[in-house]
Amino acid sequence: MPRFLKLLHGDQTIGRGPAFWTGFCVVLLGALLYPLGADDYYVGNTAYFFIWIFMALGLSLIWGYTGMLSFGQTAFFGLAGYSYGVISINLGSAYGLTFFALFSAVLLAALLALLLGYFMIYGRIGGVFFGIVTLSVTFAFSQFLAQTAGPQWRIGEARLNGYNGMVGILPLSLPWSGEEIYIEGRVLYYLLLAMLVVCYLALRILVNSRFGNVLVAIRENPERAEMLGYDIRKYQLASFVIGGTLAGISGAMYTSWGQFITPATMALPAVAMPIIWVAVGGRKDLTATLIGTFVLLYAFQTVTVYSQQYALILMGVLLVLTVLFTPSGYVVALAELLQRLTAAKPKDNAVSRRVTRRAADD
Amino acid sequence: MASILETRSLQKRFGGLQAVANVDFEIDDGELHCLIGPNGAGKSTLFKLILGRYPPTAGTIRFRGEDITHVRSYDRVRRGMSIKMQVPGIFKDLSVRQNLAIALQDHCRRARLATEIDRLAEFVDLTEQATQLAGNLSHGQQQWLEIGMAVAIEPSLLLLDEPTAGMSPEETFKTGEMVHRLNAERMTILVVEHDMTFIRQIARKITVMHLGEVFAQGTIDEITRHEGVSRIYLGESHGG
Repeated sequence: MPRFLKLLHGDQTIGRGPAFWTGFCVVLLGALLYPLGADDYYVGNTAYFFIWIFMALGLSLIWGYTGMLSFGQTAFFGLAGYSYGVISINLGSAYGLTFFALFSAVLLAALLALLLGYFMIYGRIGGVFFGIVTLSVTFAFSQFLAQTAGPQWRIGEARLNGYNGMVGILPLSLPWSGEEIYIEGRVLYYLLLAMLVVCYLALRILVNSRFGNVLVAIRENPERAEMLGYDIRKYQLASFVIGGTLAGISGAMYTSWGQFITPATMALPAVAMPIIWVAVGGRKDLTATLIGTFVLLYAFQTVTVYSQQYALILMGVLLVLTVLFTPSGYVVALAELLQRLTAAKPKDNAVSRRVTRRAADD
Repeated sequence: MASILETRSLQKRFGGLQAVANVDFEIDDGELHCLIGPNGAGKSTLFKLILGRYPPTAGTIRFRGEDITHVRSYDRVRRGMSIKMQVPGIFKDLSVRQNLAIALQDHCRRARLATEIDRLAEFVDLTEQATQLAGNLSHGQQQWLEIGMAVAIEPSLLLLDEPTAGMSPEETFKTGEMVHRLNAERMTILVVEHDMTFIRQIARKITVMHLGEVFAQGTIDEITRHEGVSRIYLGESHGG
């Protein structure tokens, strides 16, 4: 087996061995078969859930693995979402240019993350101030877009339209035999599922690599990490940019999915949501983040049908309960409980067992 | 013997406080050197200047012949310095093995990583605790783990900031033996310490700091006989 595939499991991720990967394949198979038996609405809705998971995984990398609490994910989401809209409206869908719009939008989000991250990290902004600055940037961006209702706020053919939102955005499409295939509905679902699987596995490899070990070292004790010879600023910046890029993927895919975007996608509830998804699931683990985000999105939407206010209260209560009782997150706690129940040596803790196995592999 | 570390007219001022004043200080390659002095003498500040945690107000620092005055901390570590900090600087939520692995990963081949982790765990007497979370170790064991991490990168100069703080006499003695073994392998070691029993156990050469300046230098016998040192640091009753 190539070395990088061995990194699919390691110290920094929950889940290894035949049981975990069998479960992974069963879930993946279920996800592949789901559109065959489900209504179009539910397939589109599940695709919508998938869209947000990229941003959550990015936040897990930045916050959970590297220890930098960032509210900037929503800004990168918004920038990529608006950029996709502007570029796709102006260039149209000929020659697969919507994919060019997608890549450009994600690249712009990555560039903003690079710029913002550089000034913060190299400017030694850390701890709570990191959160404050990223929150301020997100709000400033959101407020700027909110006041763009006038007709003068246009980029080429694309009107920003303030709180009314940008309309006329094109979905992803590909030219095929003189016609265009629109990436919507089931096709979009499968595209998102494929992207999600690739991102999830790639991130597992990343966090279990030497690079991931350094990220975790920085989270645990940045001074010690530096005193081991690591230029921690480079690692922090790399993590921030990768996380921001993932938020950009969410933003661009969201706009392509709904063909609409407003500044409300960067308002306070939108800023808080990724933090809640990641914290409640388990910020220090990718699988926990993925499962937690999906479940919370589903729960939020289900409760929203009755009352959006109650849904927001539910999210707030969940966050408080997590902080008070299960700071590592409910999915992580559940995984550790299962591991304790099934382990041959109950006195070892879950983390230590992962470490022992990893060392044996090395 | 060539000097591995040299400071010339090194100064550090915090507002109106002169923490380190014109310190000319040298350590020879392979030396085991202790830095002592009463609280506020400037020992820890000097350590932080040497390691680049503070920029100096004036003066220069040379390491293995190179001027490193303005080199960043992580780069000084890459050039061969390493430190065990005063408060144990370990990764408490990770296991002992993971702590050692992170310290070792850029300094040994992948195939040898597990063997090296075992060797280091044995050296710092943590073989049985290797799979435990570092945060669950006793204070003394945490100090040893950090020594193991500092040694993992095979430094040519090891800085130990109060390595026996909070240790029992038995743990202190064991730490002294570790320091001796490292020095016997030609590692240059600079120790800041208050515990005179420990200093007597390990020190070949001692520098006494007082009010930010180098006050005296010599062997343990010379220092304990030094009248001024007795007055400022050891106390009159230890003067003989």
